[in-house]
Parts: sequence; structure tokens; C-alpha cells
Amino acid sequence: MDKIIIKMKKEVREKIIEICNRFNNNPGELINVLHATQDFLGYLPAEAQELIAECLHIPTAKVYGVVSFYAFFTMTPKGKYPISVCLGTACYVRGAEKILDAFKKELNLEVGQTTPDGLFSLTCLRCVGACGLAPVAMVGDKVYGRLAPADVKNIVKEYKDLEAANA
Amino acid sequence: MDTVKLTIDNREVEVPKGTTILKAAQKLGIDIPTLCHFELEGLGVHNRPGGCRICVVEVEKRRNLAPACVTECMEGMVVKTNSIRVINARKTVLELILSDHPSDCLQCAKSGRCELQDLAIRFGVRENPYIGGNHEMSSYQVEVSPSIIRDMNKCVMCRRCETMCNEMQTVGALSAIERGFPAVVSTAFNQHLDHSPCTFCGQCVAVCPVGALTEVDHTSKIIRAIADPTKKTVVQVAPAVRVALGEEFGMEPGTIVTGKLTAALKALGFDYVFDTDWSADLTIMEEGTELIGRLTKFLAGDKSVPLPILTSCCPAWVNFFEHQFPEMRDLPSTAKSPQQMFGAIAKSYFAEKIGCKREDMISVSVMPCLAKKYECSRDELKVNGNPDVDYSISTRELARLIKLANIDFTALPEEKFDSPLGESTGAAVIFGTTGGVIEAAVRTAYEVITKKPLPKIDFEELRGLEGVRSATVDVDGLKLNIGIAHGLGNARKLLEDIKAGRSQFHAIEIMACPGGCIDGAGQPQHHGNSDIIKARWEAIYRADREMPIRKSHENPSIQAIYKEYLGEPCGHKSHELLHTHYFDRQTTVEVDVDKK
Ligand code: SF4
Ligand code: SF4
Ligand code: SF4
Ligand code: FES
Ligand code: FES
Repeated sequence: MDKIIIKMKKEVREKIIEICNRFNNNPGELINVLHATQDFLGYLPAEAQELIAECLHIPTAKVYGVVSFYAFFTMTPKGKYPISVCLGTACYVRGAEKILDAFKKELNLEVGQTTPDGLFSLTCLRCVGACGLAPVAMVGDKVYGRLAPADVKNIVKEYKDLEAANA
Repeated sequence: MDTVKLTIDNREVEVPKGTTILKAAQKLGIDIPTLCHFELEGLGVHNRPGGCRICVVEVEKRRNLAPACVTECMEGMVVKTNSIRVINARKTVLELILSDHPSDCLQCAKSGRCELQDLAIRFGVRENPYIGGNHEMSSYQVEVSPSIIRDMNKCVMCRRCETMCNEMQTVGALSAIERGFPAVVSTAFNQHLDHSPCTFCGQCVAVCPVGALTEVDHTSKIIRAIADPTKKTVVQVAPAVRVALGEEFGMEPGTIVTGKLTAALKALGFDYVFDTDWSADLTIMEEGTELIGRLTKFLAGDKSVPLPILTSCCPAWVNFFEHQFPEMRDLPSTAKSPQQMFGAIAKSYFAEKIGCKREDMISVSVMPCLAKKYECSRDELKVNGNPDVDYSISTRELARLIKLANIDFTALPEEKFDSPLGESTGAAVIFGTTGGVIEAAVRTAYEVITKKPLPKIDFEELRGLEGVRSATVDVDGLKLNIGIAHGLGNARKLLEDIKAGRSQFHAIEIMACPGGCIDGAGQPQHHGNSDIIKARWEAIYRADREMPIRKSHENPSIQAIYKEYLGEPCGHKSHELLHTHYFDRQTTVEVDVDKK
């Protein structure tokens, strides 16, 4: 196999190099570098991990080892409308799991995945501080409270309609 | 030295401070079971994660059971290695491992040699309360690369392979990934080994206790090739095979079985049974001439000559510098490995001699090595897509073939290699161990440069098993600085020195495996017993001493092929057949110019 050249946008490359520099390219700071990179990109694509490995002088396998170990790192880009279902105690006892299942079924998605059209992604959260409204879900920054599984269809439709109107 | 006294299973023992309970127990002949723990003493290989806990023991006055492989002995300690509590704990550990392990042992390539299977037998596991619990078993795809098969569902997370790849070899192809049941050791993004910096040295396979990492097996292809009446089969055997194959048939480690090995290959039905030692002698002619050429130019004042010259016989080492030091790829000799030199000559000179078309010849190599399997598949070592070596099989695969063919190996008579590619010298056989290639080169270079006979053939100063060695050889006044490294992490040290301009060496020999090819990943498994490797090492030098001719340039059949066919070493024909070139295989992240 010949040389592998991985392409990346200039701004992205420069930003990641800057993040690594900020942590002195210190392999001991890998987790922090990954956090900062994920904050910037929203996820940790393979190219970003390759570049981080290059900057910190560690094997890419090690970087991936860490990314795949911790649940808060993700390699899938968030959807345009990221959906988060709260699984905190209050929401949980009021049936959050059923809400989550309804989203899974409606979007045909598992937690941590993004729909092929890139519109929706699904994650879980711990208490978002709106316990009075339990069970709660968020789409981007917007909070939906006192949910019943039957509401899920309408929420999804709201964004599909928005998308259609914008198109 | 400070020592401590302790009691293990009611017996007293005194050991140096810092000794683990595991080692102290071994001293008493108490065999505590282990799984993740792995060590090759004297070769710098250790894996001590203390993770599997199969080795737990009871230490008086401690609440928790202690893993014997990482717990140090203390003065007055009282240890129990076989109490009910210990036995139950070990059984639970084993049952938990087995609950996430497929039980298709009958079809597993490691069956009979698997350390997990041995434990299951030792503990008499008949049922498992954890199987069918509320978890799913790991479900990874089996991955086949040119050299290695990875079946990660069988991984028990001992992390031995990770230690070999990262610490010993500093390749960094492997890492622990995921957690919980899906946790295994794999590549970045769990992708194919081909897309990683893997060198195919196979050292991960050599240490894997279970069937998770095994070699690609070509035995059935060999049987088919031999049975095909339209094909001529030509086989070559590497030096290190003859000092290890006997182990597969219960012979003492270090037994030299060259004669029986030859007889076995003939009994298997190969048409021509030849010797890689022959092409090792040829390698010395080419690589030695290249060394002398570069040195002469350098001494004449040309400082642009690429020096030190690095050996190029080990394909895993070649992969290593192509991935990790591509900017230095003008340093290694351009000479092909002995396996590939043999293949190139077999399918040209020899094929013409017997009137056989290239496509009708199947060229097979028996190697201590898994990297050679990958090497055969390299495009530049093929002619119109037809490889110079069709199949490379390991020492272990040859043993399997011999057993399959009902051959009683130990009872075989001693036979000789066929002519003309079977004659060789003592200089060739020492290619099988670290320091051997460079010693063989020096034997020839000395006589070619000085035109005087060597005062002493044995260069003891080049021998040994330390990871990095150096020596200065006096070539009649010319002081030749020689470096030797085995294990790719040790090679890296020498390369970093060259890069930083700190290196004083004229020539460096590098082999990827600890100890060189005697401990190649295709050899019978040593399960961490470094005495076996030492026995093979001694046998290599014994085989050298037993040879009537011990310098490559004195091999009459090598002299003949230059006269008859090749012309001069490093001449036109040699370049075409016996030399190669290297590539830049480093992965780099560059700015995308296509997108804005
Ligand atoms: S073959 Fe060698 S380089 Fe490749 S993964 Fe195994 S130990 Fe690492
Ligand atoms: S692949 Fe083999 S050596 Fe590597 S961690 Fe798994 S069981 Fe251990
Ligand atoms: S040292 Fe020998 S056995 Fe090991 S990879 Fe190199 S050539 Fe193969
Ligand atoms: S052998 Fe001791 S913890 Fe694995
Ligand atoms: S026998 Fe199959 S993994 Fe051990």
C-alpha cells in the first residue's frame, strides 16, 4: 500500500493544530485535546484523530482507543437538529424511556446515530434542570416538556416541515 | 543483594527483594496459572498488566486476593496458592472470560496450543453459569491480511499484542479499544491492518495466548500445487527453520534437523528441494559489494554517499522504515531479501535451465516469519502479476503438512538439498539470528577488501542477544564501525541517532524479531520460555561451525552462477533480478486544495 494522504479543510487543520499547541502537544493532555476538538467540530472524525496523533507524536490507534472508550466522545457528526432525551431521575420515573423509544422508532435511529440525510441525531442527557416539566427532550436549544410518546411524531414533523419550507 | 523470606503453601522460600509471588512460587515448583502475564527473559519483553486475575493468591492479613504476577514478596509474608477461596475466585475469573468467548475450539487454529483452553482443561470447566446471561457476545468480523488473521471475538484482552506492537516494536498499530464486552485490542478505527502502520512482523501473533491472532494458512494451497501434474514445485527453506522445526515433533529445542527437513520436503512431493541459505550467500555478494562500493567512495572523499548502509533482508524492517522513516529510505541496501532473491533466480535462471515456463512453476518458501507472506504479495516483486514466490509458509505450517501426510518425522533419514540452488556456507546459516547477516558480510568484505585470508572466521564481538550492540572490526587497518539492533524499538533508537547526526556507524544490521529470525512469528510457539530461543541461537552457530565452507564468496555454486548467468555482483543482470526499491508509506494529513 502506498502513502496515504488524508485531506482536510485548511481552517479545520489550523484550528486543531492550534488546540494541540495550546496543550503543548503533550500526550498526557490527549483527553483535553479531544474535548476541545469535539467542542469545535461537534464530533471527532477519523481525520481529526490522525492529525492529533501526528501533533502529539502518539499512534493513531491510541487516540482511537481513547475516543472509543469514553461515551462522551463521538465519531458521528451531530444532525442539523440534534435531539437529546433527558434520562435524569425525574424524567426517568415519568417515562422518559418511552419517549426515547418513540424517537428511535420514529426516526429509525439508535442512540448516538445520525439520520442518513444528516437532519436528526439522537443522544441522551442527564437532568437538564427542567424537572418540573418532566419528561423533557431538547431539539437544539429548544426544550419540550411534559411529553407523551404520542407527541414525538409532531416534534419530528415540525422540523421536517421547517426543512421543507426552507428548501 | 537484599533478600526476603516468605512462606508459600507452608514452604519457606528466600528470594531477592522485588521478586513477584509468581516467581517465588515457581522457585518452589508451584505453578500458579497465568494468562495476561508474559515475559521473555533476557530479550526485554514484558507484559504485566495484572489485569486478568487468574493468578490470584491469598496473602495472610490482607483482605483482598492478590494477583501473584504483579505482587512483590515481603518479609514474613504467608501465601496460599490453593485455598478454596483462591480456587473459587480463579474459577469465576475463568468462567467470566469464557462467557464472552466462542466455544468452537474444534475448528480453531490454536486448538491444542491455546492457553485459555489449557486453563479450561486444568480447571475442569464443564458448564458455565454466565453463558446466556443478559449480554451479547462481541461480534467482530474476522479480518484477513496477507500475513495475519484477526478474530477479535476470541480476544481475552490480555494486551500482550499491544505491548509487543507498542513497546517492543514501537509500531503503534494496536491499542485497546471500546469497553465492556466489546473491548478488544485493535487498530485505529478498527480498520484493516493493511491500512495501519503494521509491519507484519507477527510478534503480536507470536504472543497471543488464544486464537484471536493467527497466521494466514497456505497448507491446502501447497497440497493442491504439489498434486497438480502441470506444475513444477520448487521449495526453499530459511536458515532458522532447521533449528526449530524439531520442537514440533517433540525434539529438544536447538536440535538441528536440516537432513530430516530435506527428507520431509521430498517425501511431501516437492519437485525441487532447495535452500534459502544458497540465496543468503548470494545476498552477501550483492549487499557486501554495495557496502564496499559505498565505503570506497566515502573514503575517497565523497561525503554524499548514503551511510551507514542498513541491511534489507527483513521485510518487517523494510515495512517499518517505509512507514516511519521514509525520508531515510536511501540508506538501506537495495538488495532484496534472500527469500526474494531465491524466487527471482528460481523463476529465471532455474526455470530456463529445466525448460519450465514461469507460469508453470510454483515457488514456495518455508520461513520462520510471517512478514515474508506479505513480502510475496508486493507488486514490485512480481513479473506481470506473477509473484517470484507464490506461497510463503511458516515453520508451524510445514509441521502441519508433515503430520497431515503421515510422515514420521523423527524416523526420517537425513537427505541433502538438490543442486544447484542447495549448496551453501556457514555464513548463510547465521542469517537466522541477530548479528548473523552482518558477520557474514564482514567475512566476505574483509577478504575482498584486503585480498588476504581472514585470520579468524568467528566474530564473537558481533554476537549476543542484547537489543542494541556495536563493535569495531579491524579490516587490516580500516576501522569498520558496526551497529546491530533486533526488535524494531531498538532499531528506532539507531535511526533516531542517524537522523540527529549522532551515528558513527558505517553499517547497521536490523532484524524485526527479538533474537532475529530464530524467534520469528512463524516458529513453534515458545509460550514465553526464552531458554528455547537461546537453544536455537546456539544451534545456529553450531550449524555454522559444522559447515565445510564458511564464507559466502567461496560457495562454488554462487561463483558458478556469476560466471554462467549474472556476470558481476551489482552488475546489470543482478540489478534487474536481485535489487529492489522502497516506498514512502507514511500517513499524513494535508490541507485539501480541491475544496475551498
Ligand atoms: S504484526 Fe507487528 S507491527 Fe503488525 S500489529 Fe502485530 S506486532 Fe504490530
Ligand atoms: S488479540 Fe490476543 S494477544 Fe491481543 S489482547 Fe487479545 S487475546 Fe491478548
Ligand atoms: S527478523 Fe526474521 S522472522 Fe522476524 S520479521 Fe524479520 S525476517 Fe521475519
Ligand atoms: S496473569 Fe496475573 S493478572 Fe493476569
Ligand atoms: S481453542 Fe479456540 S481460542 Fe482457544
